[in-house]
Amino acid sequence: MKLTQTLLAGSALALVAGAATAQDLTLVSWGGAYQTSQQKAYVEPYLENNPGASVTWDESSAEAVAKLRAMNEAGNVTWDLVDVVASDAIRLCDEGLAMEYDPEELLAEGDDGTSAEDDFGDLIVSDCFIPQIVYSTTFGYRTDMVPEGVDAPTDVCAVFDLETYPGKRSLEKRPINNMEWALYCDGVAKDEIYDVLATPEGQDQALAKLDTIKDDVIWWSAGADTPQLLADGEVFMGSTYNGRLFSVIVEQDQPVGMLWDMQVFDLDGWIIPAGLSDEKLAEVEEFVKFATDTQRLADQAAYISYGPARLSSAPLVGQHADLGIEMAPHMPTDPENAKNTLLYNYEFWADYRDDIDAKFQAWLAQ
Amino acid sequence: MSDTTQNGPMLAADGTPLKRSLARALRRQKLRALLLVAPLLIFVLVTFIAPIADMLFRSVENQIVSDTLPSTTEVLADWEHSTGESPPEPVYEALYYDLFLAAEAKEHTKLGTRLNYEYTGVSSLFRSTGRGLDDLGDDYLDALEEVDDRWGDGDFWYTLMSGSGEADEDLMRAHVKRLRQLTGDALPGKVGFAPSTEIVALLPKTTAAYADFAAYTALVDGDVVAEEDPWESVYVGLMTDLQGADVASYSGPEAEALQAAAEAAADIEYIPLKTFFGDEDEDWLNADIWATVQTYSTKYTSGYFLNAVDLQLTPDGIEARPENQRIYIMLFKRTMFMSLAITFSCIALGYPVAWLLANLPASKANLLMILVLLPFWTSLLVRTSAWKVMLQQQGVINDVLVWLGLVADGNRLVMINNQFGTIVAMTHILLPFMILPLYSVMQGIPPSYLRAAKSLGATNWTAFWRVYFPQSVPGIGAGSILVFILAIGYYITPEIVGGTTGTFISNRIAYHISSSLNWGLGAALGAILLAVVLLLYWAYDRIVGIDNVKLG
Repeated sequence: MKLTQTLLAGSALALVAGAATAQDLTLVSWGGAYQTSQQKAYVEPYLENNPGASVTWDESSAEAVAKLRAMNEAGNVTWDLVDVVASDAIRLCDEGLAMEYDPEELLAEGDDGTSAEDDFGDLIVSDCFIPQIVYSTTFGYRTDMVPEGVDAPTDVCAVFDLETYPGKRSLEKRPINNMEWALYCDGVAKDEIYDVLATPEGQDQALAKLDTIKDDVIWWSAGADTPQLLADGEVFMGSTYNGRLFSVIVEQDQPVGMLWDMQVFDLDGWIIPAGLSDEKLAEVEEFVKFATDTQRLADQAAYISYGPARLSSAPLVGQHADLGIEMAPHMPTDPENAKNTLLYNYEFWADYRDDIDAKFQAWLAQ
Repeated sequence: MSDTTQNGPMLAADGTPLKRSLARALRRQKLRALLLVAPLLIFVLVTFIAPIADMLFRSVENQIVSDTLPSTTEVLADWEHSTGESPPEPVYEALYYDLFLAAEAKEHTKLGTRLNYEYTGVSSLFRSTGRGLDDLGDDYLDALEEVDDRWGDGDFWYTLMSGSGEADEDLMRAHVKRLRQLTGDALPGKVGFAPSTEIVALLPKTTAAYADFAAYTALVDGDVVAEEDPWESVYVGLMTDLQGADVASYSGPEAEALQAAAEAAADIEYIPLKTFFGDEDEDWLNADIWATVQTYSTKYTSGYFLNAVDLQLTPDGIEARPENQRIYIMLFKRTMFMSLAITFSCIALGYPVAWLLANLPASKANLLMILVLLPFWTSLLVRTSAWKVMLQQQGVINDVLVWLGLVADGNRLVMINNQFGTIVAMTHILLPFMILPLYSVMQGIPPSYLRAAKSLGATNWTAFWRVYFPQSVPGIGAGSILVFILAIGYYITPEIVGGTTGTFISNRIAYHISSSLNWGLGAALGAILLAVVLLLYWAYDRIVGIDNVKLG
């Protein structure tokens, strides 16, 4: 096996060596509107300041952990900076595939003078994770499909209330978030959800609650599914990322409403792959310092409705770049929206993901 | 049949035996043929066979446990899990030093992830304990520094550990080898340190911990051992050794400092490592976790394959998985059934089209051929998404049915996100693979045969069924094999239109490769799928005969 790896790595290196230039950064992101927001908010200004530099995008964030692991085994990591969700950053850090960094050294101070460590606060959930945005997974519903004489849903448990709100729902085809909502709506107190979910009885309880709506659920696996299903009128309500719902509601003007109750906060940010050459690392560090400073993170919010990860960026969030509307009320972190929220429990899911997923998949297939 | 009139073997013109001469000529020919195909052969080997073999090998590979915790698994082998009691102190001692080195090399979380597949919660157990390992040694260091502040000094330690007299090179070699196994790197270079045999005999745990530190500092960090302050694990080793060592008779370098420390050690509170781990996380005292480590400490494991068929490897042997976690057998069966259904619907739909193609005049046949090939020029994702638009409840077909009044508006048909949707979409996508071999076989069937059958009094049906159809069977065989094998490994279409009842085993494989990162289980599922396909191919060969398959 070693021989083939060496051969493969050798030939790949020979190919790459010819193409790579000194100032070319390969950034990995999600594609779509999110990548555009990164391009506009920090890559374009960065390139303006550094005329010699160039940036290549690779839209592989969804499979970043698997790909990075494979690249590492072949001994040829071709990525310089990778955008991943926090749970993936923790896994990459656990596997030694991402570089640990010192926030004080790598990241810029806040524009109000607070140190980077305080400015990002506890959003640095792993020693390798450089936070960019706070996003949430929450529900959207068709305003024109709310039955007559009934108020529009304001409570997440409307998802489980087929009598008041008939119609299909779309939920993500994985246990994470769904199990929490199910327990919450089955009467479990919010701060006890994970204690309950850690027990087999609690897992059964959550699945039993999901069972009550199982026949009316379309399960999604891509973030674009729910917006599409809502736009087509295939479902009455569905969960997805708040930025996707923003674009359905505000940019595409569909009859869809936001249900912020019990939105689940999650983080997205950069990791630097382990084992970059010193020269490359210096470039990457220069870019990261620029791309995560107060102004740049605030700028990003003009293109997409995700909250900047820095405290000092919040007051600088302005208007949407094209539509000219105030972005602050559309942020998941806006006090009006964040009355009742849940934070993705990374530690819990790192432990229980395999176990609960097996049960969840078996339940789905029944 | 020997020729009795001739004594020697037959000779060629140049005097060598004819047999040898012929063999040589044939060998040269074979070699030349081999050289001609060599580029392709090497290409296939390097880019196709080797990666697949490498991937499949992961389904049994399990070195990570014994590479990361070599001493622990060795000591643990004597422990009896069925007593239900946690292992004795020596296991925790071995664990401390193994885990300390692994945490320095950032390998312990990998092991946590691996064991978490078998026992939920091990992942965070390893991660959190890895963070707390330093504290114990730091406390000891503070106490020792009160006696003599050189205890925190790298140079002092280097002198003490090097000792005098004969150096124990074997010990050092063993630790370097072990570090290589742990990191998986070649780690060239020299450590520049070896403890004396005398000090090894006196302070075995301390020297072992120091040797780990020295190997790591020199080979991984590339630093000079004497200039670096030792790891916290070295102080833990020293305190453990001082509980029983007779240092009074030692006369090597820094003997006085050692004796002073031994005297002071009586007043420093010594915490047994079992207590330390229990304080870090009480799960360390859980016998079930240790039983899992013991069960999975072998270099190769059947665990992944057992998981792939809804069984599990437990300390007490092989057991069935709990009912609410069994999915794989069901998914294998479903994949088989649906692939067969898709193959048959491809035959049913493709046969008439191929017949038309083969029997129409060339100008019309060409147009039809373009229609058959058209889907090949469209993206797979576009075709699959188009079926979504067609089949969904607010989709084209339902809209038409409602408009015609055949279906009530409130009762629209569910045609997608289930098996039906998957079969329809995949039949459409795989149809050309059935039509093309059928067409090329049918083109080779002379139309005169049908006319001859009819002129001899056969009805249309008899002529088709007795004369035409048997000759087209090789095309059906080729098409079926193509469609079935493509279908059984299909992934993206079932993912998009399959919902929960229409997904295949390949969707689970993809999940384990790219999401859960349980590559071992993914590889085991893939290996089983490959074996099933080969088995079916073999059965097909026995029943129908592979010679009867024609692609043209």
